[in-house]
Amino acid sequence: MADQNKPESPPPDAAAPGGAAGAAKVPAGSPKPAAAAPPLPPDPPPPADAEQPAFVGALLAAFPDAGLQLSYWLGDWTVIVGLDRLPALARFLHDDPESLFDFCSDVTATDWPARASLRFDLVYCLYSTTRRHRIRIKVRAGEQDGVPSVTSVWPAANWLEREVFDMFGVRFAGHPDLRRILMPEDWQGHPQRKDYPLEGPGELILESPQEWLRLRQAVEESEIE
Amino acid sequence: MFDTDELVLNMGPQHPATHGVLRVVLKLDGERVVDADVVIGYLHRGVEKLCESRDWTQIVLITDRMDYVASATNNLGYCETVEKLLAVEVPRRARYVRTILAELQRLASHLVWLGSHAMDIGAVTVFLYALRERELILDLFEEFCGARLTYNSMRIGGLPLDVPSAWDKKVLQFCNVLMQKLPEYEVLLTHNRIWLERTRGVGVIPGPEAIAVGLSGPPLRASGIPRDVRKDEPYAAYDEMQFDIPLGTRGDTYDRYLVRLEEMRQSVRIVRQAMEGLPEGPIVGKVPRLIKPPAGETYHANESPKGEIGYFIVSDGKATSPYRFRVRPPSFCNLQALPRLVRGHLVADVIALIGTIDIVLGEVDR
Repeated sequence: MADQNKPESPPPDAAAPGGAAGAAKVPAGSPKPAAAAPPLPPDPPPPADAEQPAFVGALLAAFPDAGLQLSYWLGDWTVIVGLDRLPALARFLHDDPESLFDFCSDVTATDWPARASLRFDLVYCLYSTTRRHRIRIKVRAGEQDGVPSVTSVWPAANWLEREVFDMFGVRFAGHPDLRRILMPEDWQGHPQRKDYPLEGPGELILESPQEWLRLRQAVEESEIE
Repeated sequence: MFDTDELVLNMGPQHPATHGVLRVVLKLDGERVVDADVVIGYLHRGVEKLCESRDWTQIVLITDRMDYVASATNNLGYCETVEKLLAVEVPRRARYVRTILAELQRLASHLVWLGSHAMDIGAVTVFLYALRERELILDLFEEFCGARLTYNSMRIGGLPLDVPSAWDKKVLQFCNVLMQKLPEYEVLLTHNRIWLERTRGVGVIPGPEAIAVGLSGPPLRASGIPRDVRKDEPYAAYDEMQFDIPLGTRGDTYDRYLVRLEEMRQSVRIVRQAMEGLPEGPIVGKVPRLIKPPAGETYHANESPKGEIGYFIVSDGKATSPYRFRVRPPSFCNLQALPRLVRGHLVADVIALIGTIDIVLGEVDR
């Protein structure tokens, strides 16, 4: 797409001051944020003059009752779908002749702790090598939800979903080999969550090397006892 | 006659031929590999979480250190993603210089790949030849931005510095030198019987399967798929450059070798075009002093020497650091294909296949 560097007319909500906390972007049914709350995900709806590509039209026609929400920002189309319709949507986007999204570029997640019940936004970035267009699928998931895995549609999502599991703790149902990939196998906690400290869990920030030595001596003495 | 159980062989994280700290646990039936389990994470530094507490400008330094063999490409991808979020126009001169830097970087990365891949297989001379040419590229970069490996060579909106005087002559001189030296590598390898035995038919993966398993970059193009981000979704000054995309036919290690060699020639072609057509003008666009992109998220892809490098950045509109910084590392996604490539081959072919995928562990683990 040649117009990647220039946005189309920016959606009206983004120009408002303090943009992200604007309640207009949050779809009905999610908890509304308090006045000075931590940010919420931006999902601007497509402006009225945005030209809808053919695959978006085919998508809307194939899933009329799935409650799909469309978003458009800076030349990229995103479709927000519920957890239960994800496998059907993935299979459709892979097989439909207008779409033909055969290349799974990325599977990642964002943690929005302000949205208590559905804190994770799972993002699937797809590309079509034949049609040369892109789309993103967004799914909202809670901590305990099992997200259906898309590895049966795109085997490339295997390690990408493992990384989302490792970093965020999102479980993928139907994944052939769900285990940690970057952190050690016996690691507790999920580092990329917003409530996980950057320095790591339980790290003691000691003031000086003498304190560190004193601590080590204390540990050795207690081991001798 | 003999009862052969399966043998589990560990190619540990410390190994001279795994291109970094990579661990491959092989399940062998005699000499043949039945299955491979790739264990990564030994170089995981938490780049994504770290960038959530760094300024937008400071992150350029961190992107250097992911694929440390191709730093300028990482910088370029990040800067372009933030420029997309900010809707900043990069001046034409900056785009041309960025293209030159990115292609010089592609040459440097492919030279390192060629040297180390050939050395793993046994052709040690090629390593010395390739690194000798790479030294010239590192000298060019040192003159431009002061560093030899981690360049910090791009800023949001353009470049930190303009090109030094007489740099353009040196770049063109280097192009001439490299075009003379490439036949030397070909003489050593391309029709060498040992090279052909070790790489022909090793790790064959057909095109549609390569797409499905997530390969991108030279491994995908060697399987015959004409996918290159520079042509499909042009960035920097690639829409104004004339170049070809080399494609392979069989999708084996030998084709991947030929594709990368030809890519080096095409990179020289691009560098020459960009250098000769370098426009005058400012080197950085109009960027606010405090960089705060409006709330939004975007994904932007570049063609790194290893494959498609994508940046998915979420900005919340208020903080001076990204809300979510995600890199789609090409080496990580290409390495996924290793168990599929290695099945049925010999242990010696595992080394060849790790080399042919061209991984950099800094990028795999971040």
